[in-house]
Amino acid sequence: MSGTASPTLDHPMSPSASRLGHRASRHFKEKIIELILFSAALVSVFTTAGIVYILVSESVVFFQHVPLTSFLFDTQWTPLFDDAHFGIMVLMSGTLVSSAVALLVAIPLGTVIAIYLSEFAGPRLRELAKPTLELLSGVPTIVYGYFALLFVTPLLQKIFPELPGFNLLSAGLVMGIMIIPTVSSLAEDAMRAVPMSLREGSYAMGATRFQTAVKVVVPAAFSGIMAGYILGISRAVGETMILAVAAGMQPNLTWNPLEPAATITAFIVQVALGDLPHGSVGYQTIFAAGLTLMLLTLVFNIIGYWLRHKYRERY
Amino acid sequence: MMPQEVSEIRMLIARHKRWDVVFGILGLVCLALGLMTFVTLFVDMLLDGYNRLTPEFFTSFPSRRSGQAGILSAWIGTTLVMLVTAVVAVPLGVAAGIYLEEYAPSNWVTHIIEINISNLAGVPSIVYGLLALGLFVYEFGLGQSIATAGLTLALLILPVVIVATREAIRAIPGAIREAAYALGATKWQVVQGHILPYSTGGILTGVIIGMARAIGETAPIITVGALTFIAFLPPSPVGSEFPFLSFEWLMSPFTVMPIQIFNWTSRPDPAFQANAAAAGFILVFMTLAMNGLAIWLRLRIRRNIKW
Repeated sequence: MSGTASPTLDHPMSPSASRLGHRASRHFKEKIIELILFSAALVSVFTTAGIVYILVSESVVFFQHVPLTSFLFDTQWTPLFDDAHFGIMVLMSGTLVSSAVALLVAIPLGTVIAIYLSEFAGPRLRELAKPTLELLSGVPTIVYGYFALLFVTPLLQKIFPELPGFNLLSAGLVMGIMIIPTVSSLAEDAMRAVPMSLREGSYAMGATRFQTAVKVVVPAAFSGIMAGYILGISRAVGETMILAVAAGMQPNLTWNPLEPAATITAFIVQVALGDLPHGSVGYQTIFAAGLTLMLLTLVFNIIGYWLRHKYRERY
Repeated sequence: MMPQEVSEIRMLIARHKRWDVVFGILGLVCLALGLMTFVTLFVDMLLDGYNRLTPEFFTSFPSRRSGQAGILSAWIGTTLVMLVTAVVAVPLGVAAGIYLEEYAPSNWVTHIIEINISNLAGVPSIVYGLLALGLFVYEFGLGQSIATAGLTLALLILPVVIVATREAIRAIPGAIREAAYALGATKWQVVQGHILPYSTGGILTGVIIGMARAIGETAPIITVGALTFIAFLPPSPVGSEFPFLSFEWLMSPFTVMPIQIFNWTSRPDPAFQANAAAAGFILVFMTLAMNGLAIWLRLRIRRNIKW
C-alpha cells in the first residue's frame, strides 16, 4: 500500500501527518538496521583483506633484504644467525613430509569410513558414529602434540629403535588421525547426496553393495570427496602445535619422516616465543613464512577446484 | 543352462558377496581405530596427570617447582579471553548470518561475502595470529593483551557462527515469514519476533562448537606473543569504588590453558609433563563437555520442533 491513499477512500479521516511520519521513521529505522547487519557481514571481507595486507606488506619489506632467488633456492634456513640464510625449502620439506604422512593416514581411513557410513552402516550407527568422530577434530591440537611426543613416539621407538625423540613420523600420524573427520564427513555428505536411482540401477544390474559403492557412488560423488581431501590438506599444511611439540623446531632439509624437522608453522611459533624487535628482518621473516603458507594452501585449493570441475557429475 | 555353469555363476556371486563382508569389517575396523585413538588419548592424559588433579592445582600459580605449580592464571586467562571472544563473535556472526539469509540481494557483493566466508574457514589458524600480530598488537596498539587474544579468536570462529546461524535460519519455513509480513510486520520485526527466537537453539549450538574450538587454540595466541610464565592475575573486573566496573583487565598480559600446557610439555622434566597431562585432561574434558552439550542441544531441537 502506498502512503498517499486517495482522499475518497479515507473519508472521513484523511491520512494524518503523524501516521505518515510514523511510516517514514519506521522505514528509516529499517534502513539503519539493514546497514548495521550489512557491516557485520563485511567484517569477514575485512578479515581477508587484513590478512592479505599484513602478509604482503611485511613480506615486501622482507624481500627488499632477501632476494627471492635465495629465498626459494638456498638450502639453509638460519634467519636468526649472524650468517643468515633464508632457504624456505628447508621449512617446506618439513611441512610437506609431515603433511604427506598425515594424508597417508587420513585419506584411506577417512574414505573407507565415509563409504562405510554412507553405504553399509545402518541409520542408528551413522547417527552415533558421526558426532563421535567429530570429537576427534575437536580435541585441542596442543593435547595431540603431547600425545604424539609422549605416547606415540615411545611406541614407535619400539619398532624403530633409532628413532629420535622429535620426529615427523609420529607428529604426522597423529595429525592424520585428527584430520580423519574432516575428510570423512565431507566425503560422506557427498556420497549421501548421490541420487538413490543410481544405486537402484546398479543393484538391478546385479551388482553387490561393494561394487555399487566403489563403481557407482564414489565416482558420482568424486567432486565432493575431493573437497574433503583438499580441506584435509589445508588443515595438515597449516597445523602448528602438534608439529611444534612433537617434530622439533630444528630446521632440517630432509624427506625422511624418521628425522626431526621444523615446519613453516613451527618456525613461526619458535620466533614468536622469543623476543624479536618489531621491524627487524627476523620479525618480517615470519610474515614471509606465513605468506608462503597461504600460497601453499592456495595452490592446493586451486588444484582441488580444477579437479572438482573436471570430474563434476550432474544429474 | 548347464548345471556346471550355474554352479560357476553361484561361486562368482558368492565371491563378490564376500567383498561386501570384507569391506563391512574393514569399515568397522577403521571406525574403531579412530575411536580407540581418542579413548587412548583421554585415558593416557588421565593416567599421566591423575596425581596432579588436586584442588590446589586450580588455585596455584605456575611455579619453578613442578609439585607446586598450578593453572590458576591459565584458567582465569582462558575464561576472560573466551568472554571477549563471545562478546565480539556472537553479535557479529549472528548479524552477518541474518543479513545473508534475510536481507542480502543476490548480487556480486553477496557472492563475494559468501565465497570469502567459506575460504576463511580454510585459513590456517596461525595466519590469524600473524594478522593479529601485525594489526591488533602493533597498528592498533592493543599490545599482547587479553583484548588482542579475544579479538583474534573471535575472527577465527566467526565463520563457524555465521554458518550455524544461516543453517538455523534456513530451517525456518517460509510460511512463518509470509504470515508475519501479511500482518504488516517490517523485515526487522519479522527477524526480531520470529526468525531470531526460532533459530536461537541452532545458533547456540554453533556458538558452543565455535567456543570449543577457540578454547583449544594455541598457535594464534602464541603468535600474538602471549607470555608463558604468568604468576599474577589480571586486574579484577569488579571494583569497590565507583563505577564498580573496570576494563583494565582487557589490556593485561595473560596466559591461557593451551599455552600453559605447551610450556610444560616442552620441558624435559617428567614432573612438569605430568602437570601438562593434568591440564590437558581438563582441557579435553572441557571441549568434550561443550561438544556434548552442542550435540544434545541439536538432538533436542530436532525432536521438539514441529512446524
